[in-house]
Amino acid sequence: MSIDLKTIKHISKLSRISVDEKRAEKLADDMNSIFEFIEKLNELKTDDVKPLTSIAETTLKFRSDEIKSKNIREQIIKNSPEDNEDYFVVPKVIE
Amino acid sequence: MSDITKQSLTELVENIKNKKLSSTDVTKAFIQRSEKSSELNAYITEDFTSALDKAKKFDQNPNLDLKLPGIPMAVKDLFCTKNVKTTAGSKILNNFIPTYESTVTENIWNEGAVLLGKLNCDEFAMGSSNETSHFGNVQNPIDKNLVPGGSSGGSASAVAGQLTPITIGTDTGGSIRQPASFTGIVGLKPTYGSCSRYGIVAFASSLDQAGPMAQNVKDCALLQEVISTYDPKDSTSINFKRNHYSKELTKNIKGKKIGIPKEYRVDGMPQEIEDLWQKGIQYVKDCGAEPIDISLPHTSYALPTYYIVAPAEASSNLARYDGVKYGYRAKGENLIDMYEKTRSEGFGAEVQRRIMIGTYVLSSGYYDAYYLKAQKVRKLIKNDFDEVYKKVDAILTPSTPSSAFKIGEKTNDPVSMYLNDIFTVPVNLAGLPGISIPAGHDTKGYPLGLQIIGKAFDEQNILNIAFAMEEKIDFKNKITDWWIK
Repeated sequence: MSIDLKTIKHISKLSRISVDEKRAEKLADDMNSIFEFIEKLNELKTDDVKPLTSIAETTLKFRSDEIKSKNIREQIIKNSPEDNEDYFVVPKVIE
Repeated sequence: MSDITKQSLTELVENIKNKKLSSTDVTKAFIQRSEKSSELNAYITEDFTSALDKAKKFDQNPNLDLKLPGIPMAVKDLFCTKNVKTTAGSKILNNFIPTYESTVTENIWNEGAVLLGKLNCDEFAMGSSNETSHFGNVQNPIDKNLVPGGSSGGSASAVAGQLTPITIGTDTGGSIRQPASFTGIVGLKPTYGSCSRYGIVAFASSLDQAGPMAQNVKDCALLQEVISTYDPKDSTSINFKRNHYSKELTKNIKGKKIGIPKEYRVDGMPQEIEDLWQKGIQYVKDCGAEPIDISLPHTSYALPTYYIVAPAEASSNLARYDGVKYGYRAKGENLIDMYEKTRSEGFGAEVQRRIMIGTYVLSSGYYDAYYLKAQKVRKLIKNDFDEVYKKVDAILTPSTPSSAFKIGEKTNDPVSMYLNDIFTVPVNLAGLPGISIPAGHDTKGYPLGLQIIGKAFDEQNILNIAFAMEEKIDFKNKITDWWIK
């Protein structure tokens, strides 16, 4: 299997990471060597193996949904790159 | 009292409790040494003024019943600390101030410790040499231009260099044990579910665990006792009976059966690692325990499995960094363009590579071939351990396939970098506890570590084995203070 530039472009779109031509080539090289290494798993027959989905086989517990932190709105907003009053600002979505 | 920074955590706690030292004395000493150690680049954020204030406050009304009374401590910059910048070693979080505290650090401050600052690490804990940090690589106190390992490289460097008496790191595939081995210190990766993940910047949630990095086993046991608590805020935190690890620590390991897995004798492993391992087996016998040859047949599949599972989880966890609510934002022509440029400029090369691997293995048409396959092999790896633990109490292996390497030596070859974690990754995949202890030096004089792997929730047992072996090994770290200004 080989990961070509078209695949890199597709993955970069899905990942929401813009990648220029030069970086795409380097990424394709790196990913091909990593996937060559990963292909080793195909040596194993696993048709009858149940996948491990959780390492700690416990049932999830419910807890009450209570607000414990008080008055942190200002601190939260302060972390945003751009804000307006109590809102986060993003580039215009609707014309 | 001279040489405060040379004292172990246990000694410092005792001296503060006996009032031979105050928290202010101790905190000042570590701040002074940290200030002379900028060449190590161990800190991302220093919080010295505030640390000294907290130490003075502690001394005014000292509660000497606490486990870490007035002890200064720097922590890996992957733990969210309320009102103190938390970057995860990334440009994308270079201005992020958490509004809450991680459970693990909260436990530490509740026992009386004071925060010295935040320690350098690989970006989002993705790396084995601390070279992927946006804030620059970290120097190993052992030698100039030597990597300290990673991802908890700043933590390892700070403990080995005596910038902090002890610290905490996180370990997803070896990020505590490998740097501990490279710097000649002790590092424990606890059982999955032992320490809360709440407030730790997430990398791969089914593998991430916080754990102590210390100068010796006793210190390590004491900090583990403090940080390991059940936490309803982490849905995978497990409510089991936790030991008083430091109080119950014993060197009596007579009759314990220690497995020696043949598959850890990998191709191309240097003779000195094999020799170290043989020495370790002899120490086990000297302690009255019994080494037993065992087989973990799927060992060689652990790294390929890890490089599917960890990037898959990372690609999902890191989807939150979009430049909207916190962190770095790039200018974009529209919303999508802003996301794409923010993530392209905000993440470093290794993080982008892993997000893209993860996205690929989870993408439509490839999920079964990669992710599902990896989950099945992960089950086989766990079954291997379950099987051998019917016969043995713990397992002894080398911590790493080599000693620390030079800065820049492996940065252009991701696969050779990944191979560093060959002995540590299976432990994370199976959710088990593992401890690395310094056990010798290679021909260059660089430290080498041995790893003891335990059964799930059996931290006490591996701490005991490490404690008994530590005495026999009698390791002395060769620190020359070459970086001190």
